[in-house]
Amino acid sequence: MFDKYLINAASVHNTGPHDAPDGFAFSAKLGYYRGLGLSMIEELTVSIDGAALAREAVRFDEGNGPLTLDQMETAFDRRWAFGTEATILVACQGGFPVGEHKLALRQKLRVSYLPFPAFNNDEKIVTL
Amino acid sequence: MAGTVKRGVSLYSFQEELFLGQMTVEDCVAFAASIGANGIEILPEQNIATFPNVSDAEVGAWQEMVTRHGCELTCYDMFLDTKLRRDRVMSDDEQVESIRRDLVLCNRLGIRNMRVLVFVRPDILARCVPYAEDLDVHMGVEVHAPWHMEHAWILRTVEEADRLGTKHLGLLPDMGIFMKHYPPVWRARFEREGARPEIAQFIVDQHEAKIMAEYTIYEVAVKLKGNPTEVRMAETLRHSPYSNPKRIRDYIPYFRHIQAKFYEMTPDARDPSLAYDEVIPELIAGGWDGYLSSEYEGNRWVQDVEAVDSREQVRRQHVMFERLLGETGRETV
Repeated sequence: MFDKYLINAASVHNTGPHDAPDGFAFSAKLGYYRGLGLSMIEELTVSIDGAALAREAVRFDEGNGPLTLDQMETAFDRRWAFGTEATILVACQGGFPVGEHKLALRQKLRVSYLPFPAFNNDEKIVTL
Repeated sequence: MAGTVKRGVSLYSFQEELFLGQMTVEDCVAFAASIGANGIEILPEQNIATFPNVSDAEVGAWQEMVTRHGCELTCYDMFLDTKLRRDRVMSDDEQVESIRRDLVLCNRLGIRNMRVLVFVRPDILARCVPYAEDLDVHMGVEVHAPWHMEHAWILRTVEEADRLGTKHLGLLPDMGIFMKHYPPVWRARFEREGARPEIAQFIVDQHEAKIMAEYTIYEVAVKLKGNPTEVRMAETLRHSPYSNPKRIRDYIPYFRHIQAKFYEMTPDARDPSLAYDEVIPELIAGGWDGYLSSEYEGNRWVQDVEAVDSREQVRRQHVMFERLLGETGRETV
């Protein structure tokens, strides 16, 4: 319902040492009309030019400190609030590739009233 | 003769602008007040960032803000995360406790109606009735398409309410169950995504003729060799019932609030899809006196080609309500 608004393309930036970045980060919103507990966010799949990065490379921080996706599974007291940006941190040697690239985010949510998982997809052209 | 049906809005209607930070909750309330829709339905999990740990100060601020605009809080939309944990479904006790948590917050906010998701089990709700009675909150199970007033699952809640002799468990109709015509905004979106106009017309015609969804899905998928978008469009028919408006009157004792779902209003303030002109006279004739609470859900169907204007859509729906409710003092457009 909000797919095209998920990734904040202007927020993409490298992390780690300036001359030797070891990852990148960007801001994103949850594609849902309400907030959701972190334990129900099953996957945050980050892709560059169609190639998905490893699940272990992705961390999430809604403001209370970064968590791996495995740690999110039991973060029962934390929520991704409606319409608010969280930071997606990605371990990636060299940082975000130079030049124009497609950055994609796929969210897989466990929504209790749906019989199947909910997926949200956004893709933005990013030039660093 | 004017009925006593009241007009309100759900903050769900403004999800596009709220999500994008283009409106605040107070902007929504002020707008509702400006069109005489003074009943405000909220989704705490959308509209209160600190949910579920909401302080007394926040509760007070909500009540003060709503009162300042001449409005009142009408309904609390609850959720139940039965799949909170990956490894197991919530136990019955945990479900009851989660619902009790919402009933308590609903009561603290001074709200007397709680929208219960349709998938919540009637036997779980029966266990919550003592809390609902104590807190004086009506638990209304959302009658949402493709369910309808007389669906066997819905009747289980009615039976529980009767068995317990309680006034605090019942229903909460969503007007999406009265889809007389296929929504033009749905069709247009599917055509933009690759549905051929002649196949889209076939699906619309089948819905217009009230042919059962499975026949049309098979025709489109197999006989007409429909593309994936066309099959998805045909599959929407499974969720697009036109239930009989005359049946709603019989259930008036069971509901106190209505979610006035809509997908689009025309510039001349008509709903091209949902049969409000048939339902509202039934509510008036039955002496129903709750809130028709706007629930605009058109944003997701048009946001690919135009800026969403939820205020204008809600405004038009209320022009229609005024006309159908026999209110005076406003032009129809």
